[in-house]
Amino acid sequence: MLLDVKNLEVTFALRSGPVQAIRNISFSLDRGERLGLVGESGAGKSVAGFSILNLISQPGFISGGEIFFEGKNLIKMSEKELNTIRGDRISMIFQDPMMTLNPVLTLGTQMTEIVRTHHKLSKKEARSLAIETLRQVHIPTPEKRIDQYPHELSGGMRQRVVIACALISKPALIIADEPTTALDVTIQAEIMDLLLELCESENMGLILITHDLSVVAQMTDRIAVMYAGKIVEIGKTQQVIRESQHPYTQGLLKALPQKRFIGKRLNQIDGSMPSLLSMPTGCSFHPRCPILDDRCRAERPSLQDCRLEGHQAACFKVEGK
Amino acid sequence: MFAFIIRRTIQAILVMLIISLIGFSIKHQFGDPVRDLLGVSVSEAEREALRKKLGLRDPFFTQYFRFLKNAVKGDLGFSFFYKKPALEVILKKTPATIELVFASSLIIILGSVPIGIFAAIRPQHWLTKVFMGLSLIGVSIPVFLTAIMLIYIFAVTLHWLPSYGRGDLLDLGFWQTGLLTLDGLSHLIMPATALSSIMLPLFIRLIRSEMMEVLQAEYIKFAWAKGLKRIRIWFVHAFKNTLLPVITVGGVQLGIMIAFTILTETVFQWPGLGFLFLEAVQRADTTLLVAYLIVVGAFFVITNTVVDIIYVFINPMVRITGKA
Repeated sequence: MLLDVKNLEVTFALRSGPVQAIRNISFSLDRGERLGLVGESGAGKSVAGFSILNLISQPGFISGGEIFFEGKNLIKMSEKELNTIRGDRISMIFQDPMMTLNPVLTLGTQMTEIVRTHHKLSKKEARSLAIETLRQVHIPTPEKRIDQYPHELSGGMRQRVVIACALISKPALIIADEPTTALDVTIQAEIMDLLLELCESENMGLILITHDLSVVAQMTDRIAVMYAGKIVEIGKTQQVIRESQHPYTQGLLKALPQKRFIGKRLNQIDGSMPSLLSMPTGCSFHPRCPILDDRCRAERPSLQDCRLEGHQAACFKVEGK
Repeated sequence: MFAFIIRRTIQAILVMLIISLIGFSIKHQFGDPVRDLLGVSVSEAEREALRKKLGLRDPFFTQYFRFLKNAVKGDLGFSFFYKKPALEVILKKTPATIELVFASSLIIILGSVPIGIFAAIRPQHWLTKVFMGLSLIGVSIPVFLTAIMLIYIFAVTLHWLPSYGRGDLLDLGFWQTGLLTLDGLSHLIMPATALSSIMLPLFIRLIRSEMMEVLQAEYIKFAWAKGLKRIRIWFVHAFKNTLLPVITVGGVQLGIMIAFTILTETVFQWPGLGFLFLEAVQRADTTLLVAYLIVVGAFFVITNTVVDIIYVFINPMVRITGKA
């Protein structure tokens, strides 16, 4: 097992009082496995991704749980120990490549500083490694590009450089937070293909955070669907998509454009996600749920096993084994 | 890059032309040089003859171009009071002012950069709160008051520092410096401190707020995710980006500081340009005033041009547009 997140809780200490953004989530990842974290904006999927490297911005903090990576508990680590993991064993890809690269430093500087921080490498070795990595992400004439500044590259090119930054130290896990949301549709597919290709050839684990179920369906081995700070359904990608159990997942799937309904209005899930400040009683999805009953209003469902192995959903209406 | 410098230099020359036009208009409108030269006991006909001889009856632009032609040659007219060429009088006083401004800039840079950075990366620290409080007070107290308080405390009460003048000077031929003698340096401390008393807190606050904004940027978050050392993130990733707006403001402020020297130099009897300017105003020495205007204007324009060029070296985005 590469990564094992157990009962993770993240709290934001707001002026009005503490608010739980992540409420007791658990998931795990094997070496080379790809997991999709899916949900609407505000579901807590990005917070979950950033909490793995303890990079949640103030006033958020991890208030409970354990995160085991290669057998070591990241939560117990000092900032210094964690820095040996960050960028070396686990790297991240951010959403907007226009904002992720430092505008006043060359691509070469921004890439070589990663390996030179974590390993004893000469400037020359680091530079040739950076050029090699740029070639891996299909950047033409990397020898020239490496001395350029971010603004001299297009958005798609910049995201390739960000991926190269994540890749350069050959990490065991990459956490990609909406890596294509800020890009053109035509470039989105290219970047996703590249990411998939690299994960497979380097046998890297991937946590793909996105709101786009169709992307996750092609890219990942397993899916975890998040709603209001909790995982409401988790399982193998095909299981979750073909036999979705939670009404929220079903709603998300129905909202995708489908060939059968060309020319018709897209489906939508009525209402919006509850604010973290005023969580409904019982199941947090019940105000929007089409199949609710009295129990859903009163009790909070936990993850239950479904028909197939490894497939779980947090709903009382699950068709059990 | 080269094209950018050329273009920027042409702009600077244009600005200087406008300054000279304004300066000349002032001279043209105020005061009567003939009266200054001749006194009261000369007849009106003789006055008129002298006016014609001096070219004062020529059209405005003919006179302006004559003024410009002389100015390019380094002749900015004759000071009535000093009985010397105005430029010579000004250049003789320039080292004093430049040394004062230089010392103040040094205090400002050495003070504001570390304090500003510290206040940005440790916003909750008690020292930050002290610095921020003091800087607010510093910005609010006028320079002349700071100067008088300094004199009262360190010269009158404690007798630690001299209260006026430049002290012993070392003559380098073209430049009389107070920076190389102990007495000169001790005379410099209080005026330089007083002059920096407004800009230092201003720059602390500017650097702090810029740096805090930069620290929120995505690329800083990405730098943390790379596992880089804190020092590298603060000084290489964040500070370089903080510098861009600070340099722009700094260039303008350097010019403003020269204006502030008028107050400081008067309080400390510092024999520099500001002191000279105030004397020239009291004596209605228009030629000297215009020469001062042009020299200080030139100083302003040169510093701003240099700042723009430095900016290009730091900000790669301007560099490209400069190339195009």
